[in-house]
Amino acid sequence: MSAGPEAVLETQGLTASYGDFQALFGIDLHVRRGETVAIIGANGAGKSTFLRSVVGQLPSAREQVSFEGEPIGHLPAHEIVRRGIALVPEGRLLFPSLSVEENLRMGAYGRRAGPWGIGRVHELFPVLAERRATPGTALSGGEQQMCAIGRALMSNPVLLLCDELSLGLAPVIIRQIYAVLPTIVAEGTTVVVVEQDINQALAVADRVYCFQEGRVSLQGRPEDVSREDVTRAYFGV
Amino acid sequence: MEWLDAIIQGILLGGLYALFATGLSLIFGVMRLVNIAHGDLIVLAAFLGLAMVNGTGVHPLLSLIVTVPVMAAIGYALQRGILNLTLGRDILPPLLVTFGLSIIIQNVLLEVFSADTQRLKAGALETASIAIGDQIAIGWFPLIVFLAALGVIAGLQLMLFRTRLGMAFRATSDDHRTAGLMGIDNRHVFALAMALALGVVALAGTFMAIRTNFSPAIGPARLLYAFEAVIIGGLGSLWGTLAGGVILGVAQAIGAKFHPGGQILAGHVAFLIVLVLRPNGLFPRTRDR
Ligand SMILES: Nc1ncnc2c1ncn2[C@@H]1O[C@H](COP(=O)(O)OP(=O)(O)O)[C@@H](O)[C@H]1O
Ligand SMILES: [Mg+2]
Repeated sequence: MSAGPEAVLETQGLTASYGDFQALFGIDLHVRRGETVAIIGANGAGKSTFLRSVVGQLPSAREQVSFEGEPIGHLPAHEIVRRGIALVPEGRLLFPSLSVEENLRMGAYGRRAGPWGIGRVHELFPVLAERRATPGTALSGGEQQMCAIGRALMSNPVLLLCDELSLGLAPVIIRQIYAVLPTIVAEGTTVVVVEQDINQALAVADRVYCFQEGRVSLQGRPEDVSREDVTRAYFGV
Repeated sequence: MEWLDAIIQGILLGGLYALFATGLSLIFGVMRLVNIAHGDLIVLAAFLGLAMVNGTGVHPLLSLIVTVPVMAAIGYALQRGILNLTLGRDILPPLLVTFGLSIIIQNVLLEVFSADTQRLKAGALETASIAIGDQIAIGWFPLIVFLAALGVIAGLQLMLFRTRLGMAFRATSDDHRTAGLMGIDNRHVFALAMALALGVVALAGTFMAIRTNFSPAIGPARLLYAFEAVIIGGLGSLWGTLAGGVILGVAQAIGAKFHPGGQILAGHVAFLIVLVLRPNGLFPRTRDR
């Protein structure tokens, strides 16, 4: 399946390694403008590695990743965010020495023009306004996740990558956090969510990819893939 | 009164030690780099000042207009060109490289300026003082040095907590990989931190050169004072570094009262006492993650 001209992100034969250990084996994936794409897969399948490669935290070859039609595989992370890709990293990774508000403002360091600013982020997550002066890491897990999402939005990304938003959170909090996705998408942001929670992923995604041991094991629209297909692609049985 | 005088002189001397230590403290705080060549860079700055003063005849304090930016530029280039390459999971490479740098600087200075003892002459400023009562006189020059230390640390503190660059320093210090996701080029941020640190080193080196004799070999001893001030104050805290400098200075002044040779020893003893009682220093900010 070709991505076509409307692809915001496209990877072609993307490989990634940690030293001698190869974690990705030729991932072909594309995301069209305005789409919400979910990547699912078991623990260790390579989902986070994929996102790290896209944002430049792991090196890849120039042509293996393109963004808005230009190769970016060779660029370092700090240049990629300026082009319009933001990552909400696995485990949130707020800056412990910075307050909630400073964490948000840090997100605007490589800022592009766009709708998101402190005010809009506070509207989205009012708790971040109430707790603006607290150290980021003193927040509850759910609030930290909100802060991490807000921080990523502050750069006004074209493409927002979210790594396991639901990790370690209570179901009610997960629902709260996923409830803001439509608002983000409505601004024209293209979204990729990585999830281990299959139901959550299928519920929000226009298209879904399943990874298994560093390869794409399934892709399609949620309504076109059967439960059995997903289970097989996920667990490899 | 004699004791009060000793304590006041010690506090003022502490300002110089704080200036020795500020750059060390800042770069450790931002990039966890222990710069073994720090003392030699202080001496390099002193010789730069000497060359300026001998070459142009300007007052040593005026030479700072040149030496501060020159040292800052050296700091940026040094970090960008060499030290950034040594930073990583392993703490040994930066130690070895800065140790090598220390030896190189000493030898180059020896080659260019010989092993002779030098001094920067600051004219009337060296002896001018304010008399307080009959027995206490506060020298203008030590006072200026102390106020400069206060100003530098207050300024850096403002920079760290009130500016965008300061926020980038703190974020990079917390987690430079995640800071990269924010659009921060950590190599540039580290180089800016080293530039600031060596700007302060230029100030420290020039003040030292006016206050005491110096020669190419005295760098490691300055490094030791700087280390002690940083450790006493607590890693990562600039106000703590000032306190550490003052404690060293006061201990030395009091030690000198007991015995002429007691000065240096008393400083080291004070350091050891603090280390035993408060292994993390008085005002630690840096937590290990
Ligand atoms: N920093 C690392 N060093 C070495 N191996 C790693 C590292 N991070 C992940 N891996 C390995 O790479 C594979 C993919 O991991 P990851 O991308 O984190 O999976 P997922 O996010 O799908 O759970 C796993 O086998 C994991 O053990
Ligand atoms: Mg993961």
